[in-house]
Amino acid sequence: MVLEKMALVGDALSHVALPGLALGILYNFDPLLGGFAFLFASAVIIWHLGRVTRLGFETLVGAMFTLALAIGILLLREDLEALTEALFGDITKVSSLYAIAAVGISIFAILLTRIIYNKLVLGMISEELATSSGVNVARTNLLYLLLVSLVVAIGIKITGTLLVGFLVVVPAAAARNVSSNLLRYSVLSSVFGAISSSSGILLSSYLNLPEQPGPLVVFSGIAIFLITVLVKWASKF
Amino acid sequence: MGSFMESHNDIILKVSNLSVKFPNQTILDNINFELKRGTTLAIVGPNGAGKTMFFRTLLNLVPYTGRIKWATKVKIGYVPQKLSASDIPISVKEFLSFKNPSNMENSLSSVGLNSKDILNKTLGVLSGGQLQRALIAWAIIDKPDVLLFDEPTTGVDLDSEEAIYKMLSELKKEKEITILLISHDLHIVRDYSDCMLALNRCVTFFGESKQIMDPDLQRIIYGEPVCLYQA
Repeated sequence: MVLEKMALVGDALSHVALPGLALGILYNFDPLLGGFAFLFASAVIIWHLGRVTRLGFETLVGAMFTLALAIGILLLREDLEALTEALFGDITKVSSLYAIAAVGISIFAILLTRIIYNKLVLGMISEELATSSGVNVARTNLLYLLLVSLVVAIGIKITGTLLVGFLVVVPAAAARNVSSNLLRYSVLSSVFGAISSSSGILLSSYLNLPEQPGPLVVFSGIAIFLITVLVKWASKF
Repeated sequence: MGSFMESHNDIILKVSNLSVKFPNQTILDNINFELKRGTTLAIVGPNGAGKTMFFRTLLNLVPYTGRIKWATKVKIGYVPQKLSASDIPISVKEFLSFKNPSNMENSLSSVGLNSKDILNKTLGVLSGGQLQRALIAWAIIDKPDVLLFDEPTTGVDLDSEEAIYKMLSELKKEKEITILLISHDLHIVRDYSDCMLALNRCVTFFGESKQIMDPDLQRIIYGEPVCLYQA
Protein backbone atom coordinates (compact mmCIF):
# COMPACT_ATOMS: atom_id res chain seq x y z
CA MET A 1 0.00 0.00 0.00
CA VAL A 2 2.86 2.37 0.87
CA LEU A 3 4.66 1.63 -2.42
CA GLU A 4 1.44 2.08 -4.39
CA LYS A 5 1.04 5.51 -2.70
CA MET A 6 -2.19 4.10 -1.28
CA ALA A 7 -1.39 4.23 2.43
CA LEU A 8 -4.71 5.90 3.20
CA VAL A 9 -6.50 3.27 1.13
CA GLY A 10 -5.18 0.58 3.46
CA ASP A 11 -6.36 2.57 6.43
CA ALA A 12 -9.77 3.42 5.02
CA LEU A 13 -10.38 -0.13 3.80
CA SER A 14 -10.15 -1.35 7.39
CA HIS A 15 -13.24 0.69 8.37
CA VAL A 16 -15.29 -1.05 5.71
CA ALA A 17 -15.50 -4.08 8.03
CA LEU A 18 -17.65 -2.21 10.56
CA PRO A 19 -21.15 -3.07 9.22
CA GLY A 20 -20.14 -6.76 9.02
CA LEU A 21 -18.92 -6.68 12.62
CA ALA A 22 -22.16 -4.97 13.63
CA LEU A 23 -24.31 -7.59 11.92
CA GLY A 24 -22.35 -10.35 13.68
CA ILE A 25 -22.90 -8.70 17.06
CA LEU A 26 -26.62 -8.08 16.38
CA TYR A 27 -27.41 -11.55 15.02
CA ASN A 28 -25.11 -13.60 17.25
CA PHE A 29 -22.60 -14.96 14.75
CA ASP A 30 -18.85 -14.39 14.82
CA PRO A 31 -18.46 -10.66 14.02
CA LEU A 32 -15.17 -11.40 12.30
CA LEU A 33 -16.97 -13.47 9.66
CA GLY A 34 -19.20 -10.46 8.97
CA GLY A 35 -16.11 -8.25 8.82
CA PHE A 36 -14.43 -10.64 6.38
CA ALA A 37 -17.51 -10.75 4.16
CA PHE A 38 -17.82 -6.96 4.02
CA LEU A 39 -14.12 -6.44 3.36
CA PHE A 40 -14.06 -9.00 0.53
CA ALA A 41 -17.26 -7.73 -1.06
CA SER A 42 -16.01 -4.14 -0.82
CA ALA A 43 -12.66 -5.07 -2.37
CA VAL A 44 -14.40 -6.69 -5.35
CA ILE A 45 -16.82 -3.74 -5.75
CA ILE A 46 -13.99 -1.20 -5.53
CA TRP A 47 -11.90 -3.13 -8.06
CA HIS A 48 -14.83 -3.38 -10.47
CA LEU A 49 -15.82 0.29 -10.07
CA GLY A 50 -12.17 1.24 -10.64
CA ARG A 51 -12.15 -0.61 -13.96
CA VAL A 52 -15.47 0.87 -15.08
CA THR A 53 -14.97 4.49 -13.94
CA ARG A 54 -11.13 4.72 -14.09
CA LEU A 55 -11.35 6.53 -10.73
CA GLY A 56 -8.42 5.93 -8.35
CA PHE A 57 -8.71 3.32 -5.60
CA GLU A 58 -8.31 6.05 -2.97
CA THR A 59 -11.46 7.85 -4.21
CA LEU A 60 -13.56 4.70 -4.32
CA VAL A 61 -12.33 3.40 -0.96
CA GLY A 62 -13.02 6.87 0.52
CA ALA A 63 -16.64 6.67 -0.63
CA MET A 64 -17.03 3.05 0.47
CA PHE A 65 -15.51 3.52 3.91
CA THR A 66 -17.67 6.50 4.88
CA LEU A 67 -20.76 4.58 3.75
CA ALA A 68 -19.66 1.53 5.78
CA LEU A 69 -18.90 3.64 8.84
CA ALA A 70 -22.32 5.30 8.62
CA ILE A 71 -24.10 1.92 8.32
CA GLY A 72 -22.03 0.41 11.16
CA ILE A 73 -22.72 3.29 13.55
CA LEU A 74 -26.42 3.18 12.69
CA LEU A 75 -26.61 -0.58 13.32
CA LEU A 76 -24.77 -0.40 16.64
CA ARG A 77 -26.24 2.88 17.93
CA GLU A 78 -27.94 1.16 20.85
CA ASP A 79 -25.03 -1.08 21.84
CA LEU A 80 -22.22 1.32 22.61
CA GLU A 81 -20.08 -1.35 24.25
CA ALA A 82 -20.14 -3.48 21.10
CA LEU A 83 -19.45 -0.40 18.96
CA THR A 84 -16.44 0.45 21.12
CA GLU A 85 -15.14 -3.12 20.82
CA ALA A 86 -15.56 -3.07 17.02
CA LEU A 87 -13.85 0.31 16.72
CA PHE A 88 -10.99 -0.26 19.17
CA GLY A 89 -10.65 -4.07 19.44
CA ASP A 90 -10.16 -6.12 22.59
CA ILE A 91 -7.26 -8.55 22.73
CA THR A 92 -8.61 -10.16 25.92
CA LYS A 93 -11.38 -11.70 23.83
CA VAL A 94 -9.00 -13.39 21.36
CA SER A 95 -9.40 -17.17 21.77
CA SER A 96 -6.71 -19.81 21.16
CA LEU A 97 -8.70 -21.06 18.18
CA TYR A 98 -8.76 -17.53 16.71
CA ALA A 99 -5.01 -17.17 17.27
CA ILE A 100 -4.34 -20.47 15.44
CA ALA A 101 -6.68 -19.47 12.60
CA ALA A 102 -4.94 -16.07 12.36
CA VAL A 103 -1.54 -17.75 12.04
CA GLY A 104 -2.88 -20.10 9.33
CA ILE A 105 -4.47 -17.23 7.39
CA SER A 106 -1.27 -15.18 7.71
CA ILE A 107 0.81 -18.02 6.27
CA PHE A 108 -1.66 -18.35 3.39
CA ALA A 109 -1.47 -14.58 2.78
CA ILE A 110 2.34 -14.67 2.77
CA LEU A 111 2.41 -17.56 0.28
CA LEU A 112 -0.09 -15.90 -2.05
CA THR A 113 1.82 -12.62 -1.85
CA ARG A 114 4.98 -14.48 -2.81
CA ILE A 115 3.24 -15.85 -5.92
CA ILE A 116 2.01 -12.47 -7.19
CA TYR A 117 4.89 -10.41 -5.81
CA ASN A 118 6.90 -9.88 -9.01
CA LYS A 119 3.80 -9.15 -11.06
CA LEU A 120 2.54 -6.73 -8.44
CA VAL A 121 5.80 -4.79 -8.24
CA LEU A 122 6.13 -4.70 -12.04
CA GLY A 123 2.60 -3.29 -12.29
CA MET A 124 3.52 -0.59 -9.75
CA ILE A 125 6.59 0.37 -11.76
CA SER A 126 4.75 0.58 -15.08
CA GLU A 127 1.41 -0.86 -16.10
CA GLU A 128 2.50 -0.96 -19.75
CA LEU A 129 5.76 -2.70 -18.90
CA ALA A 130 3.88 -5.29 -16.84
CA THR A 131 1.19 -5.90 -19.47
CA SER A 132 3.73 -6.15 -22.28
CA SER A 133 5.54 -8.77 -20.17
CA GLY A 134 2.39 -10.90 -19.97
CA VAL A 135 1.12 -9.74 -16.57
CA ASN A 136 -2.66 -9.46 -16.12
CA VAL A 137 -2.52 -6.23 -14.09
CA ALA A 138 -6.27 -6.09 -13.35
CA ARG A 139 -6.34 -9.64 -11.95
CA THR A 140 -3.18 -9.03 -9.92
CA ASN A 141 -4.69 -5.85 -8.45
CA LEU A 142 -7.85 -7.73 -7.44
CA LEU A 143 -5.84 -10.45 -5.69
CA TYR A 144 -3.82 -7.73 -4.00
CA LEU A 145 -6.94 -5.95 -2.69
CA LEU A 146 -8.33 -9.25 -1.41
CA LEU A 147 -5.05 -9.95 0.36
CA VAL A 148 -5.09 -6.53 2.02
CA SER A 149 -8.68 -7.22 3.12
CA LEU A 150 -7.59 -10.55 4.59
CA VAL A 151 -4.70 -9.03 6.53
CA VAL A 152 -6.88 -6.17 7.77
CA ALA A 153 -9.59 -8.61 8.94
CA ILE A 154 -7.06 -10.58 11.01
CA GLY A 155 -5.85 -7.45 12.78
CA ILE A 156 -9.30 -6.07 13.62
CA LYS A 157 -9.73 -8.24 16.73
CA ILE A 158 -6.56 -6.80 18.25
CA THR A 159 -6.58 -3.13 17.33
CA GLY A 160 -10.18 -2.59 16.16
CA THR A 161 -11.28 -1.18 12.81
CA LEU A 162 -10.11 2.35 13.64
CA LEU A 163 -6.48 1.44 14.25
CA VAL A 164 -5.87 -1.67 12.16
CA GLY A 165 -4.94 0.49 9.18
CA PHE A 166 -1.82 1.28 11.17
CA LEU A 167 -0.57 -2.28 10.69
CA VAL A 168 -0.90 -1.96 6.92
CA VAL A 169 0.74 1.43 6.68
CA VAL A 170 3.24 2.41 9.38
CA PRO A 171 5.62 -0.62 9.55
CA ALA A 172 5.91 -0.52 5.74
CA ALA A 173 6.54 3.24 5.76
CA ALA A 174 9.25 2.78 8.41
CA ALA A 175 10.85 0.00 6.34
CA ARG A 176 10.75 2.20 3.23
CA ASN A 177 12.81 4.84 5.07
CA VAL A 178 15.74 2.46 5.51
CA SER A 179 15.52 0.15 2.47
CA SER A 180 17.36 0.24 -0.83
CA ASN A 181 16.00 -3.02 -2.20
CA LEU A 182 12.81 -5.07 -2.09
CA LEU A 183 14.20 -7.93 0.00
CA ARG A 184 15.25 -5.62 2.83
CA TYR A 185 11.96 -3.72 2.53
CA SER A 186 9.86 -6.90 2.84
CA VAL A 187 11.84 -8.29 5.77
CA LEU A 188 11.91 -5.00 7.69
CA SER A 189 8.18 -4.37 7.13
CA SER A 190 7.38 -7.72 8.76
CA VAL A 191 9.90 -7.24 11.58
CA PHE A 192 8.66 -3.72 12.38
CA GLY A 193 5.04 -4.94 12.34
CA ALA A 194 5.87 -7.79 14.72
CA ILE A 195 7.87 -5.56 17.08
CA SER A 196 5.12 -2.90 17.14
CA SER A 197 2.40 -5.46 17.90
CA SER A 198 4.27 -7.43 20.55
CA SER A 199 5.76 -4.41 22.31
CA GLY A 200 2.35 -2.65 22.29
CA ILE A 201 0.68 -5.70 23.84
CA LEU A 202 3.41 -6.09 26.47
CA LEU A 203 3.26 -2.38 27.23
CA SER A 204 -0.52 -2.50 27.70
CA SER A 205 -0.08 -5.35 30.19
CA TYR A 206 2.70 -3.46 32.01
CA LEU A 207 0.56 -0.31 32.21
CA ASN A 208 -2.49 -2.30 33.38
CA LEU A 209 -4.45 -1.56 30.20
CA PRO A 210 -4.86 -5.16 28.95
CA GLU A 211 -8.09 -4.50 27.05
CA GLN A 212 -6.65 -1.50 25.20
CA PRO A 213 -3.47 -2.61 23.36
CA GLY A 214 -4.46 -0.91 20.08
CA PRO A 215 -3.28 2.62 20.89
CA LEU A 216 -0.07 1.27 22.48
CA VAL A 217 0.63 -0.86 19.37
CA VAL A 218 0.28 2.35 17.36
CA PHE A 219 2.59 4.28 19.72
CA SER A 220 5.25 1.56 19.45
CA GLY A 221 5.03 1.58 15.66
CA ILE A 222 5.22 5.36 15.45
CA ALA A 223 8.32 5.26 17.69
CA ILE A 224 9.95 2.83 15.24
CA PHE A 225 8.91 5.06 12.34
CA LEU A 226 10.49 8.12 14.00
CA ILE A 227 13.72 6.19 14.61
CA THR A 228 13.88 5.26 10.90
CA VAL A 229 13.31 8.93 9.99
CA LEU A 230 16.31 9.83 12.17
CA VAL A 231 18.40 7.05 10.58
CA LYS A 232 17.50 8.28 7.11
CA TRP A 233 18.23 11.86 8.07
CA ALA A 234 21.58 10.90 9.62
CA SER A 235 22.57 8.89 6.53
CA LYS A 236 22.55 12.09 4.47
CA PHE A 237 25.53 13.46 6.39
CA MET B 1 0.55 0.95 -49.49
CA GLY B 2 3.96 1.97 -48.18
CA SER B 3 6.44 -0.82 -47.71
CA PHE B 4 10.01 -1.33 -46.60
CA MET B 5 10.36 -4.87 -47.67
CA GLU B 6 12.59 -6.86 -49.96
CA SER B 7 10.81 -10.16 -49.92
CA HIS B 8 7.62 -11.36 -48.31
CA ASN B 9 9.55 -13.40 -45.72
CA ASP B 10 11.39 -10.30 -44.54
CA ILE B 11 8.26 -8.58 -43.31
CA ILE B 12 8.22 -8.50 -39.52
CA LEU B 13 5.11 -6.33 -39.09
CA LYS B 14 2.11 -5.68 -41.28
CA VAL B 15 -0.55 -3.23 -40.13
CA SER B 16 -3.80 -3.08 -42.11
CA ASN B 17 -6.77 -0.75 -41.66
CA LEU B 18 -5.88 -0.17 -38.02
CA SER B 19 -8.22 2.17 -36.15
CA VAL B 20 -8.64 2.99 -32.46
CA LYS B 21 -11.85 4.73 -31.54
CA PHE B 22 -13.22 5.77 -28.17
CA PRO B 23 -16.71 7.21 -27.68
CA ASN B 24 -16.80 10.62 -29.43
CA GLN B 25 -13.11 10.40 -30.34
CA THR B 26 -11.04 8.79 -33.09
CA ILE B 27 -7.46 8.27 -31.88
CA LEU B 28 -6.06 6.37 -34.86
CA ASP B 29 -7.73 6.16 -38.23
CA ASN B 30 -7.05 3.58 -40.92
CA ILE B 31 -3.31 3.01 -40.46
CA ASN B 32 -1.60 0.82 -43.09
CA PHE B 33 2.06 -0.06 -43.54
CA GLU B 34 4.56 -2.92 -43.68
CA LEU B 35 7.95 -3.12 -42.03
CA LYS B 36 11.01 -5.13 -43.02
CA ARG B 37 12.97 -7.11 -40.45
CA GLY B 38 16.04 -5.23 -39.19
CA THR B 39 14.65 -1.78 -39.99
CA THR B 40 14.59 1.14 -37.58
CA LEU B 41 11.26 2.91 -37.92
CA ALA B 42 10.76 6.34 -36.35
CA ILE B 43 7.21 7.32 -35.40
CA VAL B 44 6.83 11.09 -35.64
CA GLY B 45 4.01 13.60 -35.40
CA PRO B 46 2.72 16.48 -33.29
CA ASN B 47 1.65 16.12 -29.65
CA GLY B 48 -1.61 14.25 -29.34
CA ALA B 49 -1.16 12.61 -32.76
CA GLY B 50 -1.69 9.13 -31.31
CA LYS B 51 1.95 7.96 -31.30
CA THR B 52 1.95 6.45 -27.81
CA MET B 53 -1.53 5.02 -28.43
CA PHE B 54 -0.15 3.42 -31.58
CA PHE B 55 2.52 1.67 -29.50
CA ARG B 56 -0.05 0.60 -26.91
CA THR B 57 -2.09 -0.84 -29.77
CA LEU B 58 0.91 -2.73 -31.16
CA LEU B 59 1.38 -4.21 -27.68
CA ASN B 60 -2.29 -5.22 -27.62
CA LEU B 61 -3.02 -2.98 -24.63
CA VAL B 62 -6.03 -1.21 -26.17
CA PRO B 63 -8.99 -2.47 -28.23
CA TYR B 64 -8.71 -1.77 -31.96
CA THR B 65 -10.19 -2.65 -35.31
CA GLY B 66 -8.17 -3.75 -38.34
CA ARG B 67 -5.20 -6.07 -38.31
CA ILE B 68 -1.76 -6.13 -36.69
CA LYS B 69 0.26 -9.06 -37.97
CA TRP B 70 3.67 -9.71 -36.45
CA ALA B 71 5.92 -12.35 -38.05
CA THR B 72 5.67 -15.79 -36.44
CA LYS B 73 7.29 -16.22 -33.00
CA VAL B 74 8.37 -12.59 -32.76
CA LYS B 75 9.54 -11.57 -29.29
CA ILE B 76 8.91 -7.91 -28.45
CA GLY B 77 10.81 -5.79 -25.92
CA TYR B 78 9.25 -2.54 -24.76
CA VAL B 79 10.87 0.53 -23.19
CA PRO B 80 8.24 2.90 -21.74
CA GLN B 81 8.54 6.69 -21.73
CA LYS B 82 8.56 6.87 -17.94
CA LEU B 83 8.55 4.68 -14.85
CA SER B 84 7.08 5.17 -11.39
CA ALA B 85 10.19 3.77 -9.76
CA SER B 86 11.25 6.64 -7.51
CA ASP B 87 9.16 5.47 -4.54
CA ILE B 88 9.86 1.78 -4.87
CA PRO B 89 13.01 0.42 -3.20
CA ILE B 90 13.88 -1.98 -5.99
CA SER B 91 17.47 -2.63 -7.02
CA VAL B 92 18.55 -2.98 -10.64
CA LYS B 93 19.36 -6.63 -9.89
CA GLU B 94 15.85 -7.31 -8.55
CA PHE B 95 14.27 -5.49 -11.49
CA LEU B 96 16.21 -7.42 -14.14
CA SER B 97 15.77 -10.74 -12.32
CA PHE B 98 11.98 -10.42 -12.70
CA LYS B 99 12.55 -11.15 -16.38
CA ASN B 100 15.71 -13.21 -16.65
CA PRO B 101 18.05 -13.71 -13.68
CA SER B 102 20.65 -15.58 -15.73
CA ASN B 103 21.51 -12.98 -18.35
CA MET B 104 21.85 -9.77 -16.30
CA GLU B 105 25.59 -9.12 -16.74
CA ASN B 106 25.52 -9.62 -20.53
CA SER B 107 22.48 -7.45 -20.92
CA LEU B 108 23.97 -4.61 -18.84
CA SER B 109 27.30 -4.73 -20.67
CA SER B 110 25.45 -4.56 -24.02
CA VAL B 111 24.07 -1.17 -22.98
CA GLY B 112 27.39 0.09 -21.62
CA LEU B 113 26.69 -0.38 -17.92
CA ASN B 114 29.10 -2.07 -15.53
CA SER B 115 27.16 -4.70 -13.61
CA LYS B 116 29.47 -4.42 -10.58
CA ASP B 117 28.68 -0.72 -10.25
CA ILE B 118 25.00 -0.80 -10.98
CA LEU B 119 23.37 -4.10 -9.97
CA ASN B 120 22.88 -3.19 -6.32
CA LYS B 121 21.81 0.40 -6.94
CA THR B 122 18.19 1.35 -6.38
CA LEU B 123 16.35 2.02 -9.63
CA GLY B 124 15.01 5.33 -8.31
CA VAL B 125 18.47 6.86 -7.69
CA LEU B 126 19.88 6.23 -11.19
CA SER B 127 20.56 9.22 -13.44
CA GLY B 128 18.28 9.70 -16.46
CA GLY B 129 20.85 8.14 -18.80
CA GLN B 130 21.54 5.18 -16.48
CA LEU B 131 17.82 4.52 -16.02
CA GLN B 132 17.23 4.51 -19.78
CA ARG B 133 20.12 2.10 -20.27
CA ALA B 134 18.80 -0.12 -17.47
CA LEU B 135 15.39 -0.11 -19.16
CA ILE B 136 16.97 -1.05 -22.48
CA ALA B 137 18.89 -3.81 -20.67
CA TRP B 138 15.52 -5.02 -19.35
CA ALA B 139 14.06 -4.93 -22.85
CA ILE B 140 16.91 -6.90 -24.46
CA ILE B 141 17.53 -9.38 -21.63
CA ASP B 142 15.44 -12.13 -23.21
CA LYS B 143 16.81 -11.49 -26.70
CA PRO B 144 13.84 -9.86 -28.45
CA ASP B 145 13.42 -9.56 -32.22
CA VAL B 146 11.73 -6.17 -31.96
CA LEU B 147 12.25 -3.24 -29.61
CA LEU B 148 9.64 -0.55 -29.06
CA PHE B 149 10.93 2.73 -27.60
CA ASP B 150 8.58 5.48 -26.52
CA GLU B 151 10.77 8.61 -26.59
CA PRO B 152 13.76 6.74 -25.18
CA THR B 153 15.72 9.83 -24.15
CA THR B 154 13.08 11.89 -22.35
CA GLY B 155 14.77 13.60 -19.39
CA VAL B 156 18.25 12.60 -20.55
CA ASP B 157 21.01 15.19 -21.15
CA LEU B 158 22.27 15.76 -24.70
CA ASP B 159 25.52 13.80 -24.35
CA SER B 160 23.74 10.78 -22.90
CA GLU B 161 21.06 11.07 -25.58
CA GLU B 162 23.62 10.80 -28.37
CA ALA B 163 25.34 7.91 -26.57
CA ILE B 164 22.06 6.03 -26.14
CA TYR B 165 21.19 6.31 -29.84
CA LYS B 166 24.70 5.22 -30.85
CA MET B 167 24.34 2.25 -28.51
CA LEU B 168 20.96 1.42 -30.07
CA SER B 169 22.54 1.49 -33.55
CA GLU B 170 25.26 -0.90 -32.43
CA LEU B 171 22.73 -3.18 -30.75
CA LYS B 172 20.72 -3.27 -33.92
CA LYS B 173 23.74 -4.28 -36.02
CA GLU B 174 25.01 -6.77 -33.46
CA LYS B 175 21.72 -8.49 -32.66
CA GLU B 176 19.75 -7.80 -35.88
CA ILE B 177 16.90 -6.21 -33.96
CA THR B 178 14.03 -4.32 -35.57
CA ILE B 179 13.48 -1.04 -33.75
CA LEU B 180 10.39 1.15 -33.59
CA LEU B 181 10.93 4.43 -31.79
CA ILE B 182 8.86 7.50 -31.08
CA SER B 183 10.87 10.71 -31.31
CA HIS B 184 10.32 14.46 -31.50
CA ASP B 185 13.95 15.13 -32.46
CA LEU B 186 14.29 15.55 -36.23
CA HIS B 187 18.06 15.03 -36.18
CA ILE B 188 17.70 11.78 -34.28
CA VAL B 189 15.07 10.63 -36.79
CA ARG B 190 17.37 11.48 -39.71
CA ASP B 191 20.56 10.02 -38.24
CA TYR B 192 19.33 6.92 -36.42
CA SER B 193 16.32 5.58 -38.31
CA ASP B 194 15.84 4.12 -41.78
CA CYS B 195 12.25 5.07 -42.36
CA MET B 196 9.56 7.07 -40.65
CA LEU B 197 5.85 6.85 -40.11
CA ALA B 198 4.26 10.26 -39.54
CA LEU B 199 1.02 10.12 -37.60
CA ASN B 200 -1.57 12.77 -36.97
CA ARG B 201 -4.50 10.51 -36.12
CA CYS B 202 -4.00 9.07 -39.62
CA VAL B 203 -0.78 8.44 -41.59
CA THR B 204 0.49 11.74 -43.05
CA PHE B 205 3.75 10.35 -44.41
CA PHE B 206 5.54 7.01 -44.69
CA GLY B 207 8.95 6.94 -46.31
CA GLU B 208 12.68 7.41 -45.89
CA SER B 209 13.81 9.22 -42.75
CA LYS B 210 16.30 11.50 -44.51
CA GLN B 211 13.35 13.37 -46.01
CA ILE B 212 12.40 14.67 -42.54
CA MET B 213 14.59 17.77 -43.13
CA ASP B 214 12.44 18.90 -46.07
CA PRO B 215 10.51 21.99 -44.82
CA ASP B 216 7.51 21.17 -47.03
CA LEU B 217 7.30 17.69 -45.52
CA GLN B 218 7.66 19.12 -42.01
CA ARG B 219 4.64 21.35 -42.70
CA ILE B 220 2.68 18.28 -43.72
CA ILE B 221 3.80 16.26 -40.69
CA TYR B 222 3.37 18.93 -38.05
CA GLY B 223 0.64 21.05 -39.62
CA GLU B 224 -2.98 20.27 -40.42
CA PRO B 225 -3.25 16.55 -41.21
CA VAL B 226 -3.28 15.49 -44.84
CA CYS B 227 -4.04 11.81 -44.57
CA LEU B 228 -2.62 9.09 -46.76
CA TYR B 229 -4.38 5.76 -47.16
CA GLN B 230 -7.84 7.21 -46.56
CA ALA B 231 -10.58 4.64 -46.87
